[in-house]
Amino acid sequence: MSAIVELQDIHKSYGLGTAVATEVLHGVNLSIENGEFAALTGPSGSGKSTLLNIIGLLEAPSSGRLSIDGQDTAGMDDATRTTLRGRSIGFIFQFHHLLPGFSALENVMMPSIIDLGWSTAQAQETALQLLEQVGLRDAANKRPSELSGGMQQRVAIARALSLSPRLILADEPTGNLDTHSADEIFELLQTINRERQSACLIVTHDPRLAQRCQRQIRIVDGQLV
Amino acid sequence: MRLPFAWMVCLRYLREGRMQTVLILAGVTAGVAVIIFLTTLITQLQASIIEKTLGSQAHIVLKPPRAVNQTLLPPGSTAAIVQPRAQRLRSIDQWEAVARLAAQTGGVQAVSPVLSGAGFAARAEANQPIALLGVDPVAHQRIVRMDKYLTSGSFDVSGANGVIGIELARDLGVAVGDKIRVITMDGRNDLLTIAGIFDIGNRDLNRRWVYTSIKMAQSLLDLSGGITEIDLRVADLFQAETTARQLQAQTGLLVESWMQTNAQLLTALKSQSTSNNLIRLFVVLIVAVGIASVLVVSVVQKQKEIGILRAMGASPRRVMSVFLLQGGFYGLLGSALGSALSLALLNFFSRVSRNADGTLLISAEIEPSVVAWACALALTVGLAAAALPARRAARLDPVQAIRA
Repeated sequence: MSAIVELQDIHKSYGLGTAVATEVLHGVNLSIENGEFAALTGPSGSGKSTLLNIIGLLEAPSSGRLSIDGQDTAGMDDATRTTLRGRSIGFIFQFHHLLPGFSALENVMMPSIIDLGWSTAQAQETALQLLEQVGLRDAANKRPSELSGGMQQRVAIARALSLSPRLILADEPTGNLDTHSADEIFELLQTINRERQSACLIVTHDPRLAQRCQRQIRIVDGQLV
Repeated sequence: MRLPFAWMVCLRYLREGRMQTVLILAGVTAGVAVIIFLTTLITQLQASIIEKTLGSQAHIVLKPPRAVNQTLLPPGSTAAIVQPRAQRLRSIDQWEAVARLAAQTGGVQAVSPVLSGAGFAARAEANQPIALLGVDPVAHQRIVRMDKYLTSGSFDVSGANGVIGIELARDLGVAVGDKIRVITMDGRNDLLTIAGIFDIGNRDLNRRWVYTSIKMAQSLLDLSGGITEIDLRVADLFQAETTARQLQAQTGLLVESWMQTNAQLLTALKSQSTSNNLIRLFVVLIVAVGIASVLVVSVVQKQKEIGILRAMGASPRRVMSVFLLQGGFYGLLGSALGSALSLALLNFFSRVSRNADGTLLISAEIEPSVVAWACALALTVGLAAAALPARRAARLDPVQAIRA
């Protein structure tokens, strides 16, 4: 298996050049293999979200080397990073972050619309299949506000899968849900990982769920332990 | 639903913020309507004022230079009393050459030589002082459309025919076909057959003007072969003064444009145009501020969604185009609605308001160029007003935006 993500000596500081500069990540080395199902755990403020944002190309590291799918991201311009992010990485956020003005179907189609520039019949067909997979085909035309928390998160998962990314990053996808819904979402992620061979990196506070992952990555004070 | 991304998101945002969209559209509509309506109204009123004032007079008149006394001091004297010289009727020197030169001058549309002088019109015991105008009917009609002002007969000054004003006809009790005697100061006189009677809307001129052929005027005024003024019509009214100065420099004659002889009218027209421009400027500013403020608020409200779109792979340019399109949409739809509204307003006002004589004060016609101009302006203002909020949206840091 080859690595989908490779981090070498990643440092991240905020407020560089000011008196209050703080280093959040101190030399992180990490490799995530294709199709791996990993949990990222750690106490609050340990740098989990920052690490996830860096892997997701939403933030740039202060130093160190980051490759996604074999491509070195250093020196990439914003447009290339944006395209790589859109095509290779699917995001699932804690608070689903669906677009409130669009239906579930449109939300799931959005990454494809952004990638191609406009909506196509094929994108719609794919989106419907994804909604079917997360068990929400009947809710395709509903707005996010008309869905329960668990359903919203499932729409968000379908959206993350829209462009069949090789890597799925989930920031506490179950943090906002009751135990039953949380289990459902977790199992859905496991199924997707198994069926699609997409690597999953899941930030979670829940040790019960973390134990069910193939691999547990623990971060404390900006360093992997 | 096969729309490009930016349009799809833009339209959805417009629909989501329905109230905002309707309000700002109403603002742009009102702004565009005011601009088109006012511009049309003022253009039409100005055209009507100009037509009424200048329709019966030449734009430029060339006259012989004033005669002045030479001040030659006798030897040994130090001062002389010089009295201004009385101006007798004189012909323009080599007027045919001057007329040709004027006709070849840029912007000049028509040239008409005129011979004018004082006299009396008499019939039986009645007599009235008149201004005798010898004209070439075809050339003169190109300067003043006399046939428009005729109340009876035709503008025929051939042979012994003449055309007089309606007041003079009333004073002398004559109608078309009757004869009057025209007498000049040195006693020359001739019989004139009335071929037409005009009313040019000015009582004094209706009483004084008597049109004859140039030949008849020349013989009555004892100015054989002479012409006392050359009337010109120019294409661009407001270039008349420039053309006049140019002709004065070339000919050395006394050249007057309507802008000199109607200085007050010119001032009135200019201040009207200035106030119209000021109103337009303020309307544009208000519309721009309105669109910009709505979009600034929208960008703040949608901060999180912009972050999500960015995380899903939307480039800053795409995000920017969403908000630019909104500005363009406000401008374009607003100008379409505004044009329709201004047409409705003009229709209404053209029916309600009329001149003292019952004719239309304004017509419901809009110059297509004014509409095109207003629409282009609204679109530009919409895009320009959206530029700042759109740039702000494009520059949002996705991580910060999602956390906000």
